[in-house]
Amino acid sequence: MAEAAPATHAVHHEAPTSFIRKYVFSTDHKVIGIQYYFLALFSVIVGMVLSIFIRFNLVWPGTELPLLETFFPVGAPGGVMTPEFYLSFLTMHGTIMVFFVLTTAPQGGFGNYFLPIQIGADDMAFPILNMLSFWLTLLALMVLMAAFFVTGGPPISGWTAYPPLSALGEIAGPGLGMGQNLWIISIAIFCIAALLGALNFIATTIDLRTKGMTLMRMPLTVWSWFVTAILGLLAFGVLLSAGVLLLMDRMAGSSFFIPGGLVVSDQLIDHKGGSPLLWQHLFWFFGHPEVYIAILPGMGVASQILSTFARKPIFGYKAMVYAMFAIGILGFMVWGHHMFMSGMSPYTAILFATITTAIAVPSAIKTFNWLGTIMGGSIRLTTAMLYALGFVSLFVTGGLGGLFLNQPSTDIFLHDTYFVVGHFHLIMGVAAIFGMFGGSYFWFPKMFGRHLNEFWGKVHFWITFVGVYAIFMPMHFLGMEGQPRRYPELTGFDFLEPLMPLHQFITVAAFITIAAQALFLANLFWSLFRGKKAEMNPWDCTTLEWGIPSPPPHDNFAGKLPVVYRGAYEYSVPGESEDFTMQTAPEKTEG
Amino acid sequence: MLLAITIWIITLISVILFAGRVWWFPESASAHGAQLDIQFVVTLVVTGFIFVLAQVALGYFIVRYRERPGHKATYSHGNDKMEIIWTTATTVLFYAMVLLGFQVWIDMYIQAAPEGALQIEVTGQQFAWNIRYPGPDGQFGATVPELIDDSGGNPLGLDPDDPAGEDDIVIPTMAVPVNRPIELLLRSKDVTHSFSVRELRVKQDTLPGMVIPLRFTATKLGKYEIACAELCGLGHHRMRSFIDVFSEEDYAEWLREQSEF
Repeated sequence: MAEAAPATHAVHHEAPTSFIRKYVFSTDHKVIGIQYYFLALFSVIVGMVLSIFIRFNLVWPGTELPLLETFFPVGAPGGVMTPEFYLSFLTMHGTIMVFFVLTTAPQGGFGNYFLPIQIGADDMAFPILNMLSFWLTLLALMVLMAAFFVTGGPPISGWTAYPPLSALGEIAGPGLGMGQNLWIISIAIFCIAALLGALNFIATTIDLRTKGMTLMRMPLTVWSWFVTAILGLLAFGVLLSAGVLLLMDRMAGSSFFIPGGLVVSDQLIDHKGGSPLLWQHLFWFFGHPEVYIAILPGMGVASQILSTFARKPIFGYKAMVYAMFAIGILGFMVWGHHMFMSGMSPYTAILFATITTAIAVPSAIKTFNWLGTIMGGSIRLTTAMLYALGFVSLFVTGGLGGLFLNQPSTDIFLHDTYFVVGHFHLIMGVAAIFGMFGGSYFWFPKMFGRHLNEFWGKVHFWITFVGVYAIFMPMHFLGMEGQPRRYPELTGFDFLEPLMPLHQFITVAAFITIAAQALFLANLFWSLFRGKKAEMNPWDCTTLEWGIPSPPPHDNFAGKLPVVYRGAYEYSVPGESEDFTMQTAPEKTEG
Repeated sequence: MLLAITIWIITLISVILFAGRVWWFPESASAHGAQLDIQFVVTLVVTGFIFVLAQVALGYFIVRYRERPGHKATYSHGNDKMEIIWTTATTVLFYAMVLLGFQVWIDMYIQAAPEGALQIEVTGQQFAWNIRYPGPDGQFGATVPELIDDSGGNPLGLDPDDPAGEDDIVIPTMAVPVNRPIELLLRSKDVTHSFSVRELRVKQDTLPGMVIPLRFTATKLGKYEIACAELCGLGHHRMRSFIDVFSEEDYAEWLREQSEF
């Protein structure tokens, strides 16, 4: 195996010739990246369809949807969603989006495809491991999907799966039997895949940089994938252990998370000695870094795009790198801010709130530096650039919402309300997805040799940008009115009924925004075959992937690894004939 | 250009909706509530300032530095001095705000309950609240999980052999006297729930296996809805009860009626 010989990485790999080895069980990081990308695309469609039903049921309860009954005769008898089926959909929506979209597309997809190329490597450090991570991720997705088809349906315990609800089995509610088991197994498999992937990313970044690619010359995208991989390596191991413990509580009679003396439906539970708080600590020790796993690659992509289309170097490159590390490190010390109301010691709340506030500082640095990057630039408003600018806007809005939630005092009111839902959808959902859309419009020409249609891309941007604000801004207001999360209906509480018009507005905005995503899908599949042919460097960009053909050959650099002479964002260098200077352009001999 | 205008319009609408209090908290009915609301407003002003500043600047730069004939990008890698200034500024601003806000939390969660606080026990279960008053003796009787029998009328498993429990009152709704410090003792029989009352600005998970104190003083007469705020199963959204805030006399009257019943 060529990849086993570390010193000879410039060896020209022969491309596999059989269809299976080339497109299915491929060890080529580019094919694996595309596989991840399409896995995430499939997942995001499922996740969106679930959210359509969630929003629909919330504002038009009792409406008969015959289609729903066809697929789910138990969950939706007569086509009307039961409350427990609503919670099942909610759980699946969250799980699919967090794990199989937000974790998978930016890292597994774009990271796999472009990290090796951007550092001048011919593949990942461990290509076979890389292939294994993808297939494990696909297996995890299939196990999760299977939960739709077992008795009781998918679990109703939310993507956070708090025990004892998630630990007691069918007795605590529908979907908590087989459905919950499948959920845990799926997440455990996903964790293993993510661990293998993280290991590979770290080894690749450290070992396979080409000559001249010093750390401080790496594109910020590479830095973001690298930091994300470190977070993944430390976080997914903890979630994996927690998942195994939970599975043992359910199947092996252990009591890690179940205290003694529980009585469910008048039935005494035969467990004792566990603590539900333990799960929350383990889960959020993973769960908070997970937020950064989703958003950091988006930050990297946004930086790359902003610099490219402002024709200006990154403002404060080193500060950007340090800020990412600061966010990553601090991200591991703040999990307790999800637990202010959990019953843990009120003193620790003060500690966690103090550290959490510190994260606002590197986040602010990033924002200011993005603004500094476009300030004084010459901005080309391509679709990719629109998404990067939209990302900055959403990052600011979503991030500032966090300052209400990281204070234990204001969190007393806002905790577990729609304020939280609005906040995290803006920052880790939509902002991260804007990073992916930006990346799609930016890199599609390189990946497939054809451009996405710019006109329809812009139409897609406009509807999506206005749409997401219309969906998630009002959720903050619902939270200020006290609307709790995870309620299938608004009837039953006097204070909820007046909020119906606002909920209806959100639902309509969501439907329009989701419909607009069809434009992206159509654009994607049309452009794959009919899009405008892409040149080698259509955006006049400086990083290594733009110095090789579109799409790149099997081993990226055709056996001749590039040599790097300068930083990643040398735009508008005085005295140069072009307004961009490739990283491979040799140094001139003047001082 | 269009993008800048859109960003500005979104910013303007957001500011109007927040500042105009189109959707806002219900009026506070507890002692710490007013302070908590002030902290929210302080946070809103600080974040609102940065929100407007950042979005307006973003829009302005998009217009000012758009690509056009005769305009060239400047070559700059940043400015360390500016970097240090805004890092320090945000640090000071955010920490001043957050440290200020700790007072409410300390008052509510870290200060011990004042002498003579009225203790009431709240036990969550799928999907109801059990409220227990200790009765004239001021003592809660022992409970035994084995004795829990919802259909038999002993939802908490009160031990008949414990004399302290004989006068305990267990009912599905709550009442408290106005302006008297209250200490709730929160428990759960089965899964995690969360006791929340919007007007009183209280919310606290009830965790099985633990007794969690929750302190507040109601300052406004009225009837408020109790909602469950932590996903607890298929009936989570209908886990509703009420809390009445009575005058001392009405409360005494109410309590007498409950014990006679």
